[in-house]
Amino acid sequence: MSKKITPGATSRRNFLKRFGVTLGAAGAVTSLGLLSACTTDDEEMISVMTTDGKVVQMKRSEAKVDLKEAQERGREGIAGKKFVMVIDLAKCKNDRKCMTACQGAHHLKPEQHHINVLQMQNNERSGFYFQPKPCMHCDNPPCTKVCPVDATFKRKDGVVLIDNERCIGCRFCIAACPYSARIFNWSEPDHSQDQENQTYDIELNVPQKKGTISKCLFSADQLRIGKLPYCVSACENGVYWFGDANEDAVTNGTSMETVRLSSLLDDNGGYTLLPELGTKPSVYYLPPKGRLFKYEYDEEKDNWMDSQTKEEKA
Amino acid sequence: MSEIKKQTDEAIMEKLRKDILHPITTRPIEFKLWVGFLLTIIAIAVWAYYKQFNDGLGVTAMRDYVSWGLYIASFVFFVATALVGMLISAVVGLLGQKWIIPISRIAEMIALAFVMMAGIAIVVDMGRPDRVLNLLFYGRFSSPIIWDVTVVNVYIFISILLLLLPMLPDLAIIRNHMKKDLPKWQWNLYNILSLGWVGTPGQYKILHRTIRVLLILIVPVALAIHTVTSWLSALTLRAGWDSTIFGPYYVTGAFVAGSGAVLVAMYFIRRAYKLEEYITEFHFDKMGKLMVLVALVYFYFNLNEFLVPAYKMKAADGHHIHTLFSLHGEYGVMFWLTQTFGLILPIFFGLFKRFRKPFPMMIIGLSLVIGAWFKRVIIVVPTLIHAYLPIQNVPDNFKEYDPTGLEITITLGVIAMAVLIVTILAKIFPVIPLWEVAEEKGVDIKKDL
Repeated sequence: MSKKITPGATSRRNFLKRFGVTLGAAGAVTSLGLLSACTTDDEEMISVMTTDGKVVQMKRSEAKVDLKEAQERGREGIAGKKFVMVIDLAKCKNDRKCMTACQGAHHLKPEQHHINVLQMQNNERSGFYFQPKPCMHCDNPPCTKVCPVDATFKRKDGVVLIDNERCIGCRFCIAACPYSARIFNWSEPDHSQDQENQTYDIELNVPQKKGTISKCLFSADQLRIGKLPYCVSACENGVYWFGDANEDAVTNGTSMETVRLSSLLDDNGGYTLLPELGTKPSVYYLPPKGRLFKYEYDEEKDNWMDSQTKEEKA
Repeated sequence: MSEIKKQTDEAIMEKLRKDILHPITTRPIEFKLWVGFLLTIIAIAVWAYYKQFNDGLGVTAMRDYVSWGLYIASFVFFVATALVGMLISAVVGLLGQKWIIPISRIAEMIALAFVMMAGIAIVVDMGRPDRVLNLLFYGRFSSPIIWDVTVVNVYIFISILLLLLPMLPDLAIIRNHMKKDLPKWQWNLYNILSLGWVGTPGQYKILHRTIRVLLILIVPVALAIHTVTSWLSALTLRAGWDSTIFGPYYVTGAFVAGSGAVLVAMYFIRRAYKLEEYITEFHFDKMGKLMVLVALVYFYFNLNEFLVPAYKMKAADGHHIHTLFSLHGEYGVMFWLTQTFGLILPIFFGLFKRFRKPFPMMIIGLSLVIGAWFKRVIIVVPTLIHAYLPIQNVPDNFKEYDPTGLEITITLGVIAMAVLIVTILAKIFPVIPLWEVAEEKGVDIKKDL
């Protein structure tokens, strides 16, 4: 097992705090005049921080995100960070909470997956296991190289994003990605009128647009406000660890425990997918060994789930 | 110059003008029917494209895994066929082969029409055609698409010059001799396009030099356009595309497709315009031999492209090979039909003199062109069907590629458009370089215009 880092000795490594702003800070996020979610007594009013640092109240309907500034900030990334994810395959019970949370956050159709849980079998003699597959956020990304208009790009914090205001829909990046991590809006996305009128958020890729690419964003909008990605926080089985390679620390989305990334990978035989292709993924996997549950086929879900969950459900 | 020589020259020119230029003035019913037929296909395709434009690429069978289909296959096919302009005029022409003179202009017309339609095919494939100018605003040079756009446009430009410049003396002949035979707009067209050509020795000197420079220039440009097109696939990590010989494999395949297209065009133009005296059996025989040569080279690249991975059967390559080689694989039947009719049989028949006659050559050419189109589908689609990771949690139509009627209609429309452009170019411009034929016959063209 990985060594736990005691909270006292490493409080500065606490993942959530290190992301700068916490939710307590009145929801004011940056000096760029951008908005962030926050709850006030009156649902209509929100707090924003002006460029000179004052926190002011204004109506939600009056607040507009500046598209250009959001685009610029979205392309920059968060300074000093290098985001990584570790997926512990021994824990994945194929619950698919990650997929649901992701599809909800990014307004995806049921057949569209930024993260897809795949049933894998390494050889005929071994059993199968489930492997969540987000974008690998490669350090040598084959997809961004081929984009003719720089619509998809890698930020300095390691996140690979897509700008659907610029994408021309040539789908070269889909052809180039060996992990099949990218999807395309083949027809009009399912969104309400409200969502359609929303200012485009490059860090959430919402609203989705017909004729453009979408992909896993490591929930860059969540990272911006110091939260874990949607899939990571949605998982109930402790599959996901997420954090910063520069700090060598990752936090578990279920237990909120923070450990050293290097020890976690070292102790558990961490690996990456298709390493022979030289893409240098930022997503690591821990092997599916020592699973303490059994998969049973669930007719209703038309998929496998672990027997305990199935019993509880029954 | 003696009076007798002058009179013979005049007689020869008179005959050439009559034989070669007469199609410009006529609009026979066959021509109208043919153009009407093509226009009908194009009109239906325009409607289909309008629907695709409004509803999105979801009207095609392309989905997240097979994300490129008939459009990209057609794009590659168009670029391939367009290379024939460079093969005939530049490669064979610069080697000093005189037999290409009567067919070089046909090759140039095919080249121009097909390379323009290559550009259209790409736009048709775009999810956001309204943003096509982003290529200029945000063009990023690390992307092979930018290289492709660059070389395709250069090729279009040089192809226009290579069609127009060698035609200047002919256009001047039409301007000087046919004013009364033509509608005013048409005569004006020739008048403007002839760029004030009078045929002085100085002008001819410049013309010869310019054409020579262009013919040399078009060789690297044509190689670049098709090599870069092959790199759109070969620069990815996908099994079936991840190949080091894709450049020459595409270029040699292009010569096969282009030879086929020229054979078909030669046959029908010769028949329609009664040019039997100029495009003779000798030319079909020569073209047939050239076709066999380029097809043999292509065959050699096919051996390398398929047998090398088939011997090793690495996991992902093995899947790909199985898809193509096994008659139970998704593309097995299409693969073997294409290789048989698009490569092996044409080589076999082309070896015999009795098949290097106009009609059999036209049939073989047709077989080559259709085979070439299907071969591009085989290059583009099967690779995408087999991703490295399993394809799961998506509807069944994401796992295969079965083109929709709308998609096929649009594809046919683009092909019809290419054929229509060749038809019109071959109708309004002299298909045979009159002055070059006259020069071959020993006429002192510098005196006679």
